[in-house]
Amino acid sequence: MSSNNFKKRHRAEKRFKAYGLISLVTAAIMLIVIIGSMIYKSIPAFTNYTLDLEVNMVSQSLDTDIEEINYRGIVRDSFFSLFPEVQDRSEKRKLSKLISSSAGYSLRDFIIENPTYGNKKFYFSVLFTDDSDLFYKGYVDVYLPEDERRLDNQEIFWLTKLQSRGRVESKISRNLFLNGDSREPEVAGFYGATIGSLITIFVTLVLSFPIGVITAIYLENFAIKNRITDFIEVNINNLAAVPSIIFGLLGLAVFINFFGMPRSVPLVGGLVLSLMTLPTIIITTRSSLQSVPPSIREAALAMGASEMQVVFQHLLPAALPGIFTGAIIGLARAFGESAPLLLIGMVAFIVDIPASINDPATALPVQIYLWADSPERAFVAKTSAATLILIGLLIVINLVAVILRKRYEVKW
Amino acid sequence: MINTDLLISLSLIIVSGLLSFSLAKGRARLYLVNNEPLRSMPIYHGLYVSLWGMLPSLFLLFLFLLFKSNILSALVIPYISDTTRELGSDEIIYVKNFLINNISNLKTLIDSEFLTIDKAKSLSDKHSFGRIILFSLIFILSVISSIASFKSLSVRFDARRKVENIFQFIFFLFSTMAVLTTMGIIFSLIFETLRFFSQVSFFEFVFGTHWSPQTAIREDQVGSSGSFGAIPLFTGTLLITSVAMLIAAPLGLYSAIFLSQYAKPRTRDLLKPILEILAGIPTVVYGFFAALTVGPFVRSCGEYLGLTVATESALAAGAVMGVMIIPYVSSLSDDVMSAVPVSLRDGSLALGATKAETVSKVIFPAALPGIVSALLLAVSRAIGETMIVVMAAGLAANLTANPLSAVTTVTVQIVTLLVGDQEFDSPKTLAAFALGLMLFVITLILNIFAMIIVRKYRERYE
Repeated sequence: MSSNNFKKRHRAEKRFKAYGLISLVTAAIMLIVIIGSMIYKSIPAFTNYTLDLEVNMVSQSLDTDIEEINYRGIVRDSFFSLFPEVQDRSEKRKLSKLISSSAGYSLRDFIIENPTYGNKKFYFSVLFTDDSDLFYKGYVDVYLPEDERRLDNQEIFWLTKLQSRGRVESKISRNLFLNGDSREPEVAGFYGATIGSLITIFVTLVLSFPIGVITAIYLENFAIKNRITDFIEVNINNLAAVPSIIFGLLGLAVFINFFGMPRSVPLVGGLVLSLMTLPTIIITTRSSLQSVPPSIREAALAMGASEMQVVFQHLLPAALPGIFTGAIIGLARAFGESAPLLLIGMVAFIVDIPASINDPATALPVQIYLWADSPERAFVAKTSAATLILIGLLIVINLVAVILRKRYEVKW
Repeated sequence: MINTDLLISLSLIIVSGLLSFSLAKGRARLYLVNNEPLRSMPIYHGLYVSLWGMLPSLFLLFLFLLFKSNILSALVIPYISDTTRELGSDEIIYVKNFLINNISNLKTLIDSEFLTIDKAKSLSDKHSFGRIILFSLIFILSVISSIASFKSLSVRFDARRKVENIFQFIFFLFSTMAVLTTMGIIFSLIFETLRFFSQVSFFEFVFGTHWSPQTAIREDQVGSSGSFGAIPLFTGTLLITSVAMLIAAPLGLYSAIFLSQYAKPRTRDLLKPILEILAGIPTVVYGFFAALTVGPFVRSCGEYLGLTVATESALAAGAVMGVMIIPYVSSLSDDVMSAVPVSLRDGSLALGATKAETVSKVIFPAALPGIVSALLLAVSRAIGETMIVVMAAGLAANLTANPLSAVTTVTVQIVTLLVGDQEFDSPKTLAAFALGLMLFVITLILNIFAMIIVRKYRERYE
């Protein structure tokens, strides 16, 4: 009977261990599914199908200002010349919708950069619209009934004809990495949002790092235990657990409504995020100051150093690697944060690349939110690509923190 | 324009600070040269004077920056013409902003249609007069305070202690930032919430079961007032939080147990980063994943089983939120369980208990208060989580406990009420602040409760 009991207990033991393993494996599977689905869905975003179009600028008289030429018309005419059989107006309109409406602008930019081409005949590659692009990538199911897909039979016929002429090429999408936001999925990129994020994080760093470190130093080394400092400590611990969206409400009510700061700017975003990051930096700085052995401090005091000199010449240098690691982790969290930014208006549709803390901007996580809301199918790929970039950047930031810690951490 | 003002004032302050620094330091050096017994090092003399020279004027500059926009608009408003005023508030705000933005640019002011030439000139004159006053105020303040502090210097002057006291005071000011933030949160939320309750009754908000904040444009339309019963939002939040905790609590706890009790160091090094990466993924990515993959997946699963499932079901949002919280629960309960004295664990193992029995009958009960507080913190985080529910949960406020239907949450409503154009007097906008206050209070209570439990429990083993 006792051996029976023994077996039962060991079965229970194995079961218990298995539960633990299963939970961890579930977490791992979820991680793989999340990252994997992002990678899988982002594949179409990294390439663009382009059409080599023979553009004829010969007929343009040399006198006209190169900024005022009807580039759109030129692109459209050369595109129509590929399909001489299409004469009907409404059919022509349909045909012109196969290539991106950005084609005229990119031709203009090209001519302004290379004015010598202004009266020549040359090949110029133009983008397709998102729907044609998805067709070439094989994401349009041609076996569906015609009214259930985005492209009808006629359009698919034209697209296949173009491809059979060997004019269609797949290229790495530069727009994705170098452009701001756009209503046209084939033109939209996350460069603007990334720059916006970087400016915001810069403001956050400049504000929260000194304030956080100094607060930690004060509370750890100078503050006399009394009601005020107790109150400060309780506040810091609470702030660390306040939901991030509350900081957004604070920013909206105080910075924008009370102080009249502009909406949608990285300055306010950085202010809000630094208030949010402050508790993290304070707490990590304090714990790395605490980990410096008291002998160092006592030795310095014994040599006649003042409290201030002890802190700044001995404790702080020794604690610096830990402080940096904590700050980087806090900033990484701020980098991925979006809820407070929604409330202070950094969700606007912004095409231009921000250049200063007072330019309207959006942030990379918010860009993901905006694109995820867009109805066009091509934005799904763009959004996934942007999430991959965001996760990649965060992993790099965290790796830097880990390396810093491994390299400079002093074991006492 | 405004930035150049800032630069000029800052450089004025810094130049005067540097100047007084070198003067005071030089004088202290003279004592040394003459072999007089100088009490503090010359650099502290320099620092003392330059700090006193710079701080008052920096404070003045800070005050000016805080109220810059108020000062500018007070300056500009008399110049808005009556014709503009007749066109309504939008036009007034536009003209005001135009004038403020171009105030230092006389040519633009004259060319614009809003001002006559005389008025433009007088506005520009006033502005440059104000600038000169600001600069001279800053300069005079620096000079006066430098001179005053310079006079107190002497051979026996304890400059180091004075400088350190100044620094300590500055440090103290920095450390009040956290308090200021909390007060900012509380006051702004309470202020706007009171305004909200002056328009909508408190009882309707707390006990009402109907939420549709959309106010109609015309007064006489049906439902023009909107209704603000917050019960469905709280039940929705509760539903999604429960789903999340049903997933996160067991998975997180068992992960923590496995990592701390069973895993060999190498497996631990291999498995722990999984949880760390999960914890590091931004919530917007979880939200996108929930909306794009999990929502449709849950829906098609439900359809396969013959159930009607909303695309934005509470189950999908809650499940993804649960995955997000797993690392949080795991790391908190790991800390708590490793704080249980090793003697308890060793004693149990020595008596012949298996590891499973030790964990479930000794360590777990001993760590229970800590685990409860970890779970409370996780709940507070789930309640406050925004992006996942904004992207994957619904907008319509349904009062239901069915996880397969779409519900909305407090945070979703805050975001939808405040994103986009808004006027700041409508109950629709103010309702967001009332919801925010509720959210703040609830999470605060949960956090304080968790902290008290942890503190009591710690005392038991120390």
